[in-house]
Amino acid sequence: MSTIVAPAEVEVREPVVHEDWQEERPWVVIVWNDPINLMSYVTLVFQKLFGFSLQKATQLMLQVHNDGKAVVSSGNREKSELDVARLHAHGLWATMQQD
Amino acid sequence: MFSQRQFQRRGNRVRLRLDVHERLLLSDLLDEHGRLLDDPDDPELRRLFPPAYSDRGEDEQYQSLVRDQLVSGRAKALATVRETLVAETLDLEQADQWLRALNDMRLVLGTRWDVTEQLDYGKLDLDAPRGRELAVYGYLSWLQEQLVEALQSS
Repeated sequence: MSTIVAPAEVEVREPVVHEDWQEERPWVVIVWNDPINLMSYVTLVFQKLFGFSLQKATQLMLQVHNDGKAVVSSGNREKSELDVARLHAHGLWATMQQD
Repeated sequence: MFSQRQFQRRGNRVRLRLDVHERLLLSDLLDEHGRLLDDPDDPELRRLFPPAYSDRGEDEQYQSLVRDQLVSGRAKALATVRETLVAETLDLEQADQWLRALNDMRLVLGTRWDVTEQLDYGKLDLDAPRGRELAVYGYLSWLQEQLVEALQSS
């Protein structure tokens, strides 16, 4: 004998179609080397804007200096635009692109 | 060339020790920079407003969103330095505005005079072409470096 139990209602969700799927890919913020900004100043700006330790900020600054550029943050478009704008306000040469 | 530290941090204040010539020079440079900022589209200021996107359309959109804020932030830094040019001490917020204004002036002058990383401030020849201009740029760089050092020595 068996009891027939009515199946629990299962909510069927339609898959969400991202028409603008490219928006979902993370953006990265890149700081480029330039001949004017002081190394010490760039380090201080990284500490201030991103809360990095002196060691981490120095490491990133050296990457910019030696390799010509470094990724300093990543995230969605809005956050990246804000980071770029804050870097621009401090005179750093920053751009953003999708990873 | 300079025997004393121009900026000294004591707790949450930064002591300013600029002589009258330095303050006069900075005053002139601030005036010139202020006149330039009145026309943010001046190509001399291009380094202050770099592109965020490689795509032109996207960048125009970015610029239209942030340009006014970037301009007013820069004008505020300039005004703060003007107001505190003869002050004896700065609070940390004012010191930060000094840092940004000094950097902005260096960005404009450095772009105008096409400075390179190889510029050796210790070997400037005042009689060489652009010698005096580069000396002014070198002074601003040295001053900014001093301020960064003072702020890092908390």
